[in-house]
Amino acid sequence: MAKIIVVTSGKGGVGKTTTSAAIGTGLALSGFKTVVIDFDVGLRNLDLIMGCERRVVYDFVNVIKQEATLNQALIKDKRTDNLFILPASQTRDKDALTQEGVGTVLDELAETFDYIICDSPAGIEKGAQMALYFADVAIVTTNPEVSSVRDSDRILGILQSKSRRAEKADEPVQEHLLLTRYNPARVDAGEMLSVSDVEDILAIPLLGVIPESEAVLKASNSGTPVILDSASDAGQAYDDAVQRLLGKELEHRFLHAPKKGFFQRFLGGK
Amino acid sequence: MNDACFQLKGSAVSIIVLELYQFSDASFTEQLRDKVQQAPQFFQQSPVVISLEKMPTDHSPDFAAMLEICRTFHLQPLALRAVPAHLLDAARETGLAIIPATGRNSTPLETERDAPQAEVIVKKVVEEKQVRKPSKVITRPVRSGQQVYAEGGDLIVLSQVSEGAEVLADGDIHIYGTLRGRALAGVKGDTDANIFCHTLSAELVAIAGNFILSDALRKQRWQQSAHIHLDGDNLHVAEL
Repeated sequence: MAKIIVVTSGKGGVGKTTTSAAIGTGLALSGFKTVVIDFDVGLRNLDLIMGCERRVVYDFVNVIKQEATLNQALIKDKRTDNLFILPASQTRDKDALTQEGVGTVLDELAETFDYIICDSPAGIEKGAQMALYFADVAIVTTNPEVSSVRDSDRILGILQSKSRRAEKADEPVQEHLLLTRYNPARVDAGEMLSVSDVEDILAIPLLGVIPESEAVLKASNSGTPVILDSASDAGQAYDDAVQRLLGKELEHRFLHAPKKGFFQRFLGGK
Repeated sequence: MNDACFQLKGSAVSIIVLELYQFSDASFTEQLRDKVQQAPQFFQQSPVVISLEKMPTDHSPDFAAMLEICRTFHLQPLALRAVPAHLLDAARETGLAIIPATGRNSTPLETERDAPQAEVIVKKVVEEKQVRKPSKVITRPVRSGQQVYAEGGDLIVLSQVSEGAEVLADGDIHIYGTLRGRALAGVKGDTDANIFCHTLSAELVAIAGNFILSDALRKQRWQQSAHIHLDGDNLHVAEL
């Protein structure tokens, strides 16, 4: 039975799509057949981040409306085996998503896939609620900043009350905190919330800390999930997060500002 | 191990009483339909006691027809109350329980032998009513945007209350985590209500409508355990 993972946050611009692409790729690299679904109907982005925007013919809404079959709409990733993308529609709005339609598509995917990643749109409206409704696991993507933390808290409340698991009184959705755009130097300077501040407020287990990194922007612009950039700190941090999601226990990295070397200090370089 | 199969207890249950004034098939059906349509959810599978106290004693309603109509509207007749002597046989035929009229011993049902039993039951009911409502216990965090209300009793939160969340109770509020949101105890005006919390970091605390905001709280036991109660018209934040 496939596991349905929603990547959600409440707030926009915190790195949900980057995370969906990275985690999806990471799971596929670990040998699991994985599909990433873009729920952001009307503002589709996932295909850009995954570098497959020119191959979109049919989309998620076409499948829900039975204008295309799943196989026609699924895009196979060119770099990674076992990885598929179900893109969002750019020309419709979120009302095109119905609970019944989404449920049917997810059921069909669950027959052949191991992991289904739902990339949630920002906000707490219909699109976001559809993305989280069927979830077994939630990765709550949060920036170390008060408004992002507050919105994540709100989303956790919605997961508790409006998910299918909540409605059926099943075991609650497994919640994971993924802290992105973390800048240890700014935390030390008191300009950013620390990992323990955020953990304290949200009170859910920490899946990973992704450091603020130039590699992320570079990866997005080139349409390559950042996890494939294994030389970068962000790529390694995502890889750690995927391994933790699969049950491994790894120590958290990139929590402290790197100490400047003697020459760097001397020359005042970065 | 306890091998008892059951225990008998008296209990007061709130129930719909249908007070019958008169009965005729058509008008009873019509009026019941009107009532049920006003709040279909409320009447769905509701147990009902049919009381004959207000019915003139010379009436003889058709019980079978009446129960049939009740059931069509998804009511579940449980018992007939205050059945006059001449209708007792007909009432027994319905198979429903027959209970005496309230507050008097006018029902011929009560033979001398039965009377004491009835009294015992009445006493039990009174006892049971004095027992307070059970506390509402919340084990998971109360998140931003959520609201929890313990009506008629205490609220116990075994986790935290996030900023932007609101917890309310008619009685006391206990929070065994950090209170970052709003807590309002004694919301129906109980000035003896209290708020206890493990770590005070609240946006607002209120007891019986008297409140203080976080600005004022920051000067008193901020980020520490606290017991908040009402002292006259002023909220007092004490050490826990």
